[in-house]
Amino acid sequence: MIPAKFDYVKPGSVDEAVRALADGGEDAKIIAGGQSLLPLLRLRLSYPDLLVDVGGIDELRGVSDHGDSLLIGARTTHYQVVHDPLIGEHCGLLAQAAGTVADPAVRHRGTLGGSLAHGDPAGDLPAVAVALGATLIARGPGGEREIAASDFFVDYLTTALEPGEILTGVRVPKLGGDWGYRYEKFHRTAQAWAIVGVAALARRSNGHVAEARVGLTNMGSVPVRASAVEAAAAGAEATRDALNAAAASAADGTEPPADLHGAPDYRRHLARVLTGRALAAAAGV
Amino acid sequence: MTATAESPATEIGRARTRKEDARLVTGQTTWTDNLVLPGMLHMAFLRSPYAHARITSVDVSAAKSLPGVVAAFSGADFAEEQGSLPCAWPVTPDIVIPPHPPMATEEVRYVGEAVAVVVARDRYTAADALASIDVSYEPLEPVLDIRTALDESSPKVHEAGNKSYEWVFANGDLDAAFSGAPVVIERNYRQQRLIPCAMEPRAVVSSWVGDDVTLWSATQIPHILRFAIAAFFGIPEQSIRVIAPDVGGGFGSKLQVTAEEVLAVLISRRLGKPVKWTESRSEGNMTVHHGRDQWQRIRIAADSDGKIRGLSVDLLADMGAYLMLVTPGVPILGAFMFPAIYKMDAYSFRCTGVFTTKMPTDAYRGAGRPEATFAIERIMDELAAELNLDPLEVRERNWIRHEEFPYTTICGLTYDSGNYEAATARAKELLGYDQLRAEQAERNARGDSVRLGIGVSTYTEMCGLAPSRVLGSLSYGAGGWEHASIRMLPTGKVEVVTGSSAHGQGHETAWSQIVADQLGVPFEDIRVLHGDTQISHKGMDTYGSRSLTVGGMAVVSACDKVIAKAKVIASAMLEAPPESVEFAGGKFSVGQSGAGGGKDVSIQEVALATFAAHNLPDGVEPSLDSDATYDPENFSFPHGTHLCATEVDTETGMVTIRSYVAVDDIGKVVNPLIVEGQVHGGIAQGIGQALYEEAVYDEAGNLLTTTLADYLLPSAADLPSYITDRTESPAGNRLGVKGVGEAGTIASTPAVVNAIVDALRPLGIRDITMPCTPERVWRAIETARASAAASNGAANSNGGAA
Repeated sequence: MIPAKFDYVKPGSVDEAVRALADGGEDAKIIAGGQSLLPLLRLRLSYPDLLVDVGGIDELRGVSDHGDSLLIGARTTHYQVVHDPLIGEHCGLLAQAAGTVADPAVRHRGTLGGSLAHGDPAGDLPAVAVALGATLIARGPGGEREIAASDFFVDYLTTALEPGEILTGVRVPKLGGDWGYRYEKFHRTAQAWAIVGVAALARRSNGHVAEARVGLTNMGSVPVRASAVEAAAAGAEATRDALNAAAASAADGTEPPADLHGAPDYRRHLARVLTGRALAAAAGV
Repeated sequence: MTATAESPATEIGRARTRKEDARLVTGQTTWTDNLVLPGMLHMAFLRSPYAHARITSVDVSAAKSLPGVVAAFSGADFAEEQGSLPCAWPVTPDIVIPPHPPMATEEVRYVGEAVAVVVARDRYTAADALASIDVSYEPLEPVLDIRTALDESSPKVHEAGNKSYEWVFANGDLDAAFSGAPVVIERNYRQQRLIPCAMEPRAVVSSWVGDDVTLWSATQIPHILRFAIAAFFGIPEQSIRVIAPDVGGGFGSKLQVTAEEVLAVLISRRLGKPVKWTESRSEGNMTVHHGRDQWQRIRIAADSDGKIRGLSVDLLADMGAYLMLVTPGVPILGAFMFPAIYKMDAYSFRCTGVFTTKMPTDAYRGAGRPEATFAIERIMDELAAELNLDPLEVRERNWIRHEEFPYTTICGLTYDSGNYEAATARAKELLGYDQLRAEQAERNARGDSVRLGIGVSTYTEMCGLAPSRVLGSLSYGAGGWEHASIRMLPTGKVEVVTGSSAHGQGHETAWSQIVADQLGVPFEDIRVLHGDTQISHKGMDTYGSRSLTVGGMAVVSACDKVIAKAKVIASAMLEAPPESVEFAGGKFSVGQSGAGGGKDVSIQEVALATFAAHNLPDGVEPSLDSDATYDPENFSFPHGTHLCATEVDTETGMVTIRSYVAVDDIGKVVNPLIVEGQVHGGIAQGIGQALYEEAVYDEAGNLLTTTLADYLLPSAADLPSYITDRTESPAGNRLGVKGVGEAGTIASTPAVVNAIVDALRPLGIRDITMPCTPERVWRAIETARASAAASNGAANSNGGAA
């Protein structure tokens, strides 16, 4: 890797990191696992003057139980998310989706917070955070604030984080045992980004889907909540046909990108098919 | 004797783990990029952002003045000495070979062509300084599509026009074969452009001491590179040492004399300092020579029983912007492979080499033969479909039967041996062919949304490049022999020097196995040396599945000479006439051993006695060392049957390989582990072409697939577990070997695409352009459904009118 020149600091606490960011000014950038930033540096698509490495801040790591929710440190790696027993028990969707991120080497380096803060709509975890109704916790010079996942993703690679703010953790509501889930990722090779991904949650009751939540990966400049599908699925019979019918509106109002792996019309088609499949799996049919 | 019953009688055939692996997999070896020489500087190249443009000025002065920058040059600074990169294969007398300066001087003709270079104390500074070079371009029209590049109205890549050559071959009466033929099928197939992605990027270090230069390069061809630098760049050959240290893969992409190698030599000479350059992956995707890129028009004429009458092939081959080392010859290697394993009365072939403003193409694993095999194996499936025959049935009606070998094909090649029946029968059994066909019929009948397809590829190839006389007759610029030396050391150990320069194949292990059997010395006592022209002074290097069939045979010949010399000395030691001395198992003996009177002496004892040289017979030199150069009499013709079963999800277009069977006939196997590795990797690379890989240029000629996020390579996670087996028919050399380096790649691409088309044929689909991405498969299904619906509608309305 031959990046342009940058300065580098590795603070030991969030407060130190916030100060380092403030001192670094506009061209300071946080690096956690480097999953997304290192390729940008390598390709010289990003020219930060200062990298603030949060890899030494232990308070950003780990998962804790807060009654009706879990708090996951921003620096928790995908590997840890996949294998954490609390996450597995209370928000398995996140664990399953994290297991589809890139490859094992990247999953050992890349972090949950990094993936969300990068704000790439092709990333798997933003749509999952939106579907789970997660809350993101940020700390900056003005103190700490909480941002709903649905408000966090503003535009392509742009989040609600202010300059100088650090994402410290993610609060995820626990799902009850009557919820099923499925992250349906469609990609050409195991390590590739999702052409389209669908994060589906379904609460089943008496042969019907009582409640559903659906987040879409790579169907626009931000992760998309498929509200029309959720409305159609609520109360639908837990059958493939009924859920496919609900999924028919999955692409409504989306503006998916065009690239070498798929044109927008293909992505819209995939969103419908994959949403039907994800809902069916989440509803256990 | 302590040998156990489990030990095989010979080293050849043993699944030895590779001698070289420990240092390779632990990273303990020295790759070119690891080299650090005192005072070494680093090069970075400024590359054209235009596919086609006139260079009006290059100003490197600002870059030169930056701290840490030692020098910066434009092409004009080397105009006098940089000459032209060589093309060694002028396939026709009137071929157009345009000048190809290592750094562009007047015009750039592809995105990525080097325009200027910075030399700095470290690579970061060198890369940073590129932004300070000011180049003015006057953009010209790009030429991107070979199907329109020959039109009068097309912009020209070179002044002489866009056609490089037209090469033709014909045998038999094609008109008679086609006229009145009950079945004539014509298809147009696209061989997409591929980017070789060796694990180790290209890297080069050049260092002058006095009048002598040492060039380290991640190359497949240290010997050819040395010759080329001497012959084309005016440096005396005896002053050039080329070292290819351990090299991390090539697949043909390092069978090249590159601009960066030549410029490293010239720049280090001018500066009096060693220089290094290592490409980044994105730089490599743009500027390593690309592979394939043809449009193939293939026509087949057959009788109503499926017997082929004639075959006609018309290729357009994309040369890219320039002709590199063997660029024009690659499609010609395929010319002889379109008829493949089939008998026919007439064949015609025409290839037109066309220039475009893209990276030049050149050899890539299989080089011409995968392209040919794809087209013939695809159209054989079309012929089967047309006649409603099983694809294997139509092949069997046409293939050369095992009792017909040796068989001279319509191309004039003499296939020495083969048994297509045996390989196919075994492959069918391993796949469970008949059961899968039954399952397919059942699923088709119920309109399963996931379709099952079975793809067939009964391939052969010509490898073991190559008989020098044949290469000469094809206007190739060099021979096809290989060299080997044996050095018997005084302690009885053996050094084997080979001209066949490995870049991951495992020569050190395989050659040790060969020598162990030939000389009867332990495997562990043998050291194989290669890849340094000062140690291995002579060779033709590694490509075209030639190492074992040519280089391995050179090793055998060298061993013969050692034994002949040693026999003379042994006979003196045994006090017996040479003709009574026999050599076996590392011992020279006379008489019946164990029956009294028998005497023997080991080759190690002979080596020590030769070293001492106290009692050698008169006139016998004190050396057992030998040199041998082997030139094969014929190509070798491995063959096999590959069967692939795919599941095609018609809702998404996703193709999943369910099972893959490869039964290869590569003659005798020296090391089954190495063979298995070659087969696995080869199949993976062919699957890569079928499903994943494509170099994509936009309408301005920018390469869009510069990273591995856009240029998709399959990894182990994307590939099935292969079921492999072998059949064995004899080969025309003493080792009985045929070569296996390219077989998997040649065979697998058509097997996979045939399987996909087989799955979708009931929907009215008869081709999908490679790579068969989910989107392309889905669109083919959508189109077929739309046209089926339209024709149903038309049929209904006709019915109504009647």
